[in-house]
Amino acid sequence: MATTTPETPAVRAPAPRIVDAARAFAQRWGLIVVLLALPVFYGIKDLTGPGDLSRLAQNLVAGLSNGSIWALIAVGYTLVYGIIELINFAHGDVFMIGSFTAAGLFGTIGLTLATGPLGIVVGLLVTLVVAMVVCGSLNVMIERVAYRPLRNAPKLAPLITAIGFSFILQNVGLLWLGGSPASVPDLIHAQQDVFTVLGVTVQRADVVAIAVTAPLVVAMTTFIARSRLGKAMRATAQDPDAARLMGINVDTTISLTFLIGGVMAGAAGLIYALYQTTIWYFQGFQAGLIAFTAAVMGGIGNLKGAVLGGLIIGCIQQISDNRIGTQWTPAIVFAYLILIMVFRPQGLIGEQTREAG
Amino acid sequence: MSTASAALAPRGRFALPPGATRGLAVLVGLLAIVLPLMFDPLSGFIDDAVTALAYVIMALGLNVVVGFAGLLDLGYVAFFAIGAFTVGWFMSSFYAGVNIHVLVAGPVENLPGIHLNFILVVIIAAFLCALAGTLIGLPTLRLRGDYIAIVTLAFGEIIRVFAVNGDTIKIASGATLTGGRQGITPVDQLKLPFLDPFTQLNLRPWYWLVLSLVFIVLFVVIRLRDSRLGRAWIAIREDEVAAASMGVPLVKTKLLAYTVGGAIGGVSGAFLAAYLNTVNADQFAFSFSIFVLAMIILGGLGSIWGVVLGAIVLSFVNNRLIPDVLDSVPGKLGLSFNLTDLGFGIFGFLLVIVMVLRPEGLLPERRRQIELTEGVGTDESVYEVRV
Repeated sequence: MATTTPETPAVRAPAPRIVDAARAFAQRWGLIVVLLALPVFYGIKDLTGPGDLSRLAQNLVAGLSNGSIWALIAVGYTLVYGIIELINFAHGDVFMIGSFTAAGLFGTIGLTLATGPLGIVVGLLVTLVVAMVVCGSLNVMIERVAYRPLRNAPKLAPLITAIGFSFILQNVGLLWLGGSPASVPDLIHAQQDVFTVLGVTVQRADVVAIAVTAPLVVAMTTFIARSRLGKAMRATAQDPDAARLMGINVDTTISLTFLIGGVMAGAAGLIYALYQTTIWYFQGFQAGLIAFTAAVMGGIGNLKGAVLGGLIIGCIQQISDNRIGTQWTPAIVFAYLILIMVFRPQGLIGEQTREAG
Repeated sequence: MSTASAALAPRGRFALPPGATRGLAVLVGLLAIVLPLMFDPLSGFIDDAVTALAYVIMALGLNVVVGFAGLLDLGYVAFFAIGAFTVGWFMSSFYAGVNIHVLVAGPVENLPGIHLNFILVVIIAAFLCALAGTLIGLPTLRLRGDYIAIVTLAFGEIIRVFAVNGDTIKIASGATLTGGRQGITPVDQLKLPFLDPFTQLNLRPWYWLVLSLVFIVLFVVIRLRDSRLGRAWIAIREDEVAAASMGVPLVKTKLLAYTVGGAIGGVSGAFLAAYLNTVNADQFAFSFSIFVLAMIILGGLGSIWGVVLGAIVLSFVNNRLIPDVLDSVPGKLGLSFNLTDLGFGIFGFLLVIVMVLRPEGLLPERRRQIELTEGVGTDESVYEVRV
């Protein structure tokens, strides 16, 4: 942490070596222990009970595919945080708009359950592109309207406008499809089994989620690592002033970052609609918080960390959904968020932001 | 320097003489006291005013955390919830298995459950919320600004999840933690010493009760702001590292901000639960935290009078203007929705507009206004203007 909190005497005085050692241990391994707690607990419970580990493995498979959606959203958070150190609160709702766009487009271009396989593949590709473009431009627009005028204001100011935009987008969703969850045609037959290995069933939804996410993430990381614009993004993230001096157009680069984040959120929106087959205006709030947790878990500003965090949080969420109960899942995920903040605010891999140094 | 004085000069012309602010405050206070006598005791106006004043307390509490200490708290609804549940637990027949009566009189004496005097309940609520505030504050101590926002948000959501699903948590034989979506209702009739019991048929006593709470909280908040602790909060808000090196104990000062803010929120939560006669888990949504945040941002972060104004304005906008006056406007324009559906979109829009166009709020705090118009630490005029 860059902003080191000087310990007050009251906290420092009764701290013998054992406490220091425990603290060091907690700093290093605390988060990992916490992360393993749920799967290990239920693994042991399954083994001592009647079953074997197949139920846990099933949870993890579903968790990975679910987590790939969170990973796509988390990438948007982490990119934006890396470059302007802002939690883009509206990002989850951009993802929600992506879902709504995709679902709306199904109707417009006439994708129904009766469409043939080729039609569905082509139609879904078109929907994917449109959802990505819509969300990307929406995100760029939000940056232009709500964040850019406040770039030199105190840090709370853009965060508050971000919350404001999140509410505006939620209301757009509310007016669009109403207050209750709307169902989406199950175009890919999400629940249909593809294959079964060792008692673990992989469903079509899992395959689609991974098949869309993996190439997108690879393409994006390659773009950022290899291309000229990607280099400009990394330079801006490291030091905007120096980047400007080197002839990089910082405003364009920031817009590009928002564009990429929005594009990923749009893709996630389509997958989510296909995966869950229900969408509603409030999904973005939940998803946004889960994805933010994922980004922080991996280490904010860190792309690989965001993907890893997304997959992990997907597994946690799936285990909690399956074993503890869906209604408790938000509390579990948020408890993890707080535990991460307590044990390892810099995340699993480590953050890559200016403040982290 | 020259630009600063040019920018501030017109405002200086309208500035009141030194004693006038206090006189104005007393005048407004007196007006507030006699206000309900001009309206029917059952009028909707008094109802709105009672709610508005309860929100004023809530906003003043959040202002301590966000406005004074600069710790963005997005889970403030947690204190509303805890304060309200204190009323639900200790002032109703919810725990019918036990019979505890402390300082209550009238028909309540014969009901099963825990029944404490409202004053006791308010004190317990403030205490519980102070405790919760400290607990929520602890993990945020090492974090920087926006992480604090997320952690407090997470706490608020966890408490909401527990409030909603609390009816499945058994704590003793048959008794559950909360009433869930059914809510805990009714709660006891309010009875204060030397006064008749409060009823829903005469809203004036409610108004005066909440007004006196507002006065107490205002007194506490103003005294705190001008105290050593208040200056420490503002120092932390301005520059944490500089404050620490000047000897401000960060941990203690930050935790006290959460504690005080939480306690004030708890008082308001307890009052609202008693007034609304129900403790319903659906009240404690994230959007309420934002609603309160919008009040203090509209009024002016850190400015006590601004926050009071912001809370009153937004509360009337939310309870009167949007549902009653303007609700049918989109319909008249040929749009197929009611304005009520847009409630939180409007608040979101307000947050954006205020932040972009007038970040210092309606009645800004002077220090913050200078910061926002001049930029922090970039200009010596910050010091010169203040002389």
